[in-house]
Amino acid sequence: MSSETPASNGALLSVTDLEKHFPIRKGVLVERTVGAVKAVDGVSFEVAEGETLGLVGESGSGKSTTGYCILQLMKPTSGSIQFMGKELTSLGREELRRMRREMQIVFQDPYASLDPRMTVGGIVAEPLEVHGIGTRKSRSETVRRLLDIVGFNPNFTNRYPHEFSGGQRQRIGVARALALNPKLIVCDEPVSALDVSIQAQILNLLKDLQRDFGLTYLFISHDLAVVRTMSDRIAVMNQGKLVEIGTAEQVYHEPKDEYTKALFAAVPVPDPQRQRERKAERARLRQEARSSGNGSL
Amino acid sequence: MALLEVNDLKTHFFTREGVVQAVDGISFAVEKGKTLGIVGESGCGKSVTALSIMGLIPKPPAKIVDGEVLFDGRDLTKLNEHEMQKVRGNNVAMIFQDPMTSLNPTLKIGTQITETIRTHTEMSKQDARKRAVELLEEVGIPRAAERLDDYPHRFSGGMRQRVMIAIALSCSPRLLIADEPTTALDVTIQAQILDLLDELRQEHEMAMILITHDMGVVAEVCDDVVIMYAGQIVEQASGFELFEKPEHPYTEALLGALPQLEGDEREIRQSRLTAIPGRPPDLVNPPQACRFAARCPYATYEDSCTEVEPQLREIRPGHWVRTAHPTSERSGERETVNA
Repeated sequence: MSSETPASNGALLSVTDLEKHFPIRKGVLVERTVGAVKAVDGVSFEVAEGETLGLVGESGSGKSTTGYCILQLMKPTSGSIQFMGKELTSLGREELRRMRREMQIVFQDPYASLDPRMTVGGIVAEPLEVHGIGTRKSRSETVRRLLDIVGFNPNFTNRYPHEFSGGQRQRIGVARALALNPKLIVCDEPVSALDVSIQAQILNLLKDLQRDFGLTYLFISHDLAVVRTMSDRIAVMNQGKLVEIGTAEQVYHEPKDEYTKALFAAVPVPDPQRQRERKAERARLRQEARSSGNGSL
Repeated sequence: MALLEVNDLKTHFFTREGVVQAVDGISFAVEKGKTLGIVGESGCGKSVTALSIMGLIPKPPAKIVDGEVLFDGRDLTKLNEHEMQKVRGNNVAMIFQDPMTSLNPTLKIGTQITETIRTHTEMSKQDARKRAVELLEEVGIPRAAERLDDYPHRFSGGMRQRVMIAIALSCSPRLLIADEPTTALDVTIQAQILDLLDELRQEHEMAMILITHDMGVVAEVCDDVVIMYAGQIVEQASGFELFEKPEHPYTEALLGALPQLEGDEREIRQSRLTAIPGRPPDLVNPPQACRFAARCPYATYEDSCTEVEPQLREIRPGHWVRTAHPTSERSGERETVNA
């Protein structure tokens, strides 16, 4: 998957000192800013072409905000985002619109992220229409091809999202993300709303698509096992900061950061014998954290 | 005698589209001080099972059409609402998945706990308040006495679930039913809550039914496990037995569908997850055959299991399975062929 080495001049995506602060305002008539929530607080990483970088963390760690800032769905407070050699934070509207063809997103909740009033065909064709690609006829062909690729019956283009299960809806979401033939797809918790058996279908699909189309993924998830299956490298976020980054092997087998250790120890594995040992390990880590005065773990 | 015995329970929903056989003839027992895990995917009937035991199913459209729920030998399905209210809280308590919505946002935490205590006991207001502080301390909420006067929104998700557990424990129930108690929580908080539940269970010799979709959570907590599929129990065994020697093709597939947290890097990256094709049957007109047959990799057209529903049978002592193609017999078949 990552057999292609990144070009020597750098990665497909490189994020440097990214910050996103949300102001805390007080007062009813006269609002004043009394502080800031540092949702993303100085995050830097690179993603090579064809690679999957897993971004893990708990709720509020800033992982989704990081994804939104990269896609310019949110304006970062400061920092640099270089994508395909261009600085996204300083692009004009028109230029940004063109760059958006190259970077797409798959959202967490396939129940909320598809417009209930649009047909399946309309949803997948929308990005093509927005960017004025193809004729009506060629677009409808493209839509059928895309749906076929993601394992969704192309004869159902005239139906509406509510007629389908969560897994099928997420396939629609993936087809829409693929429509513009992007380089980078940000997957924001793409399987956390799905049952395990369906989750496996979608994860396998994402892997296949990456192999077939050379896609690059930023894979955001709170589920460490899911991230491990998907990622070449893994970045761990905690309270807006990136606390650890490395190859999947390094991060999972020799975590350096205390938070990373605690996070991994907390995940129960489906093996009662092994889980007993892990539970003991978890208790030991908590004891250590307590004695070193870090009660939050 | 087991503390709780569920025999051939059937809970159906009478809807305009037809009768939904949400829970269709399930039986299990929970011993004093033990934890039973009920596992399955959305719509398999695991939550309806819990609500049926608690007498909390919405009637109509739902109705317990058959079976009994014996708690200490008394059939809870025969009780009227007034009698059932005495059982709930006092003998059997329940905690739900979402600690954000199961607390009343307009009432102080203290009020919500003392209310429960005073509904079930003769305690005075002051004593109930004292007891509430003890309970919050027991579930690990710091500065318990001060926090009684806080509203739920001042608590984090994990802390709210602790409050829910404190309320559930307030009348020392002998059985706690926890329906996805940690699903809405972060893993580190989940670990804390699971540890807490386990401690409390040991201290109070409380039995527990843990409803979850998470096989990891089951492996950590449960003595015995029930796997549900399409309203029925498809496999039942002790935790160790079930994970070591799963017999039902569905259980096997569920375990195969899980991404691995531990293990060899290369193996993980190269292996594909087992996806289960298709989806569970419509429970309005479930097939007369095995309910998993349409998705089962081992069922073929000439198979009897595509026409006749297999019964739950004891394949090893204490290990029950409902399939015509249990793992151990499949490998047996193959061995005879090879020999």
